[in-house]
Amino acid sequence: MKLITVAGPPSSGKTAVTIKAIAALQRDGVRVGVVKFDSLSTQDQSVYEKQGVAVMSGLSGNLCPDHFFVSNVSDCLAWGMEKGSDLLVIESAGLCNRCAPHIQGVLAVCVIDNLSGVDTPKKIGPMLKMADVVVITKGDIVSQAEREVFSYRVRQVNANATIINVNGLTGQGGHELGKLLLNAPETPDLEGRLLRFSMPAALCSYCLGQRKIGSDFQMGNVKKMDFT
Amino acid sequence: MVTDKENAELMSLPTAELLRLAPFAGDFFSSLGLELPDEGVSTADYFASLDAELLEDLGLERQSLSGRFTAFMELLENLKCGADNACIESITIRGGHDKSGRAEEFDLTVKPGEVICIVGPTGSGKSRFLADIEWMAQGDTPTGRSILINGAAPDPSRRFSIEHKLVAQLSQNMNFVMDLTVEEFITMHAESRMVDDIPTVTAAIIELANDLAGEKFTPQTPVTALSGGQSRALMIADTSCLSTSPIVLIDEIENAGIDRKRAVHTLVDKRKIVLMATHDPILALMGDRRLVFKNGGIATIIDTSQEERANLVRFEEMDAMLGTVRNALRNGELIGKMC
Repeated sequence: MKLITVAGPPSSGKTAVTIKAIAALQRDGVRVGVVKFDSLSTQDQSVYEKQGVAVMSGLSGNLCPDHFFVSNVSDCLAWGMEKGSDLLVIESAGLCNRCAPHIQGVLAVCVIDNLSGVDTPKKIGPMLKMADVVVITKGDIVSQAEREVFSYRVRQVNANATIINVNGLTGQGGHELGKLLLNAPETPDLEGRLLRFSMPAALCSYCLGQRKIGSDFQMGNVKKMDFT
Repeated sequence: MVTDKENAELMSLPTAELLRLAPFAGDFFSSLGLELPDEGVSTADYFASLDAELLEDLGLERQSLSGRFTAFMELLENLKCGADNACIESITIRGGHDKSGRAEEFDLTVKPGEVICIVGPTGSGKSRFLADIEWMAQGDTPTGRSILINGAAPDPSRRFSIEHKLVAQLSQNMNFVMDLTVEEFITMHAESRMVDDIPTVTAAIIELANDLAGEKFTPQTPVTALSGGQSRALMIADTSCLSTSPIVLIDEIENAGIDRKRAVHTLVDKRKIVLMATHDPILALMGDRRLVFKNGGIATIIDTSQEERANLVRFEEMDAMLGTVRNALRNGELIGKMC
């Protein structure tokens, strides 16, 4: 089975473009499964079901969604195989721009949208910089100049990725994205595989449920801003 | 291509020297959130000296930096001489089939300076047609069409290269989402194209856009304050001067606030292939040919005949008359009996 990780900032169009790509793949007889990670709730399960896709949702609740993702990814793979999928898409929540669910040897897709502004590519970490495929969405509502500047800025921070424009509403580019997904290598299992980049450290008192503000209550991996 | 050897040389140059050779190289550091190295420090030494914690915070790996640097310099190189598109002499669309599988029996070859109109109802396959060109389809899209450049199948790597995009799209529902003045906006675009004399190019684009727009605007006007016609004019001027895409797609140029005919001529003068999705009589008849879409395919290709063109004079008179009335309304005048 082929495995693909899809990440991107909230509301960038991850689900919409994934659905369009899946629709094109299904026309070619490819069986696709999806695991959707989110933090609080997700309506996307039904969106995928409507598309006739085997879908599983994982809600991280009060845990860091990407740490939650890594702890569960092997089980996701096993589930996809059990469902008889040819291709499994794991869509992550993508919240802090520093996280990246991308795994070495697994096709990594990052979805970002033109509306987020031309400075956004700089602000996104390994999720964008280490992706193999960058999908740019919402191109239909910005000017040609902004589209060109945006894709140039993406290219600046990730010169090796394949950049593709997909319209999540009309599906333009979805067929082409599907073709790219089919190029993903086979992933028989994930035991011992490496993440492309370490997850952000999270080991301070606030990770453990502290709510009080003040230096007496800060313990563990605490970093202070430099105001000098 | 930047070779490994050249790259090693670039990386061993002191930063001051590197920036003299490649002024845009500074963007490499800022785009990754790094500070510019000191003038005397080479890129290689700078990479080695970076604090591990800083890299961890930025989400970067030290060993990936030199690879990123090479790729970035290659990107600059490609963009600089990226006007490969300048040598596009023709684009050929080899027919596929419509939604029912009926073959489109044509090879359509278009050349720089030509105006092709696209007509047909919503859902008739116009967007798919553009997507085929954009993707440089090789019989691998739902329509089965193939795209040839200068009579041959293009190199597959062109599909994803941002400097070789075939189509620039000037759509009707576009917005500016940036809060910049016209001058800042065009400058930003010119920078991303690595144009040599940015201020001159920027001034020329703004002047051209003002020529096309009915109401004038200044370099200091915020782009978000431009009217629909002014935005269109600015984007047409900008695309004709800065975009490397050989094809420009325009959907329906609105009637107000822009000289439609001159807008199209501007693009033709800049040797663009103009594709226009329009049912506007004047624009449609300005085209050399029009493609009639039905059921997901091109049903007919009509060459604009002399007879059709002869109507243009009348349509333009009618258009001018409506324009006068529009202006009169704007100025608060009364409209008398017209004819």
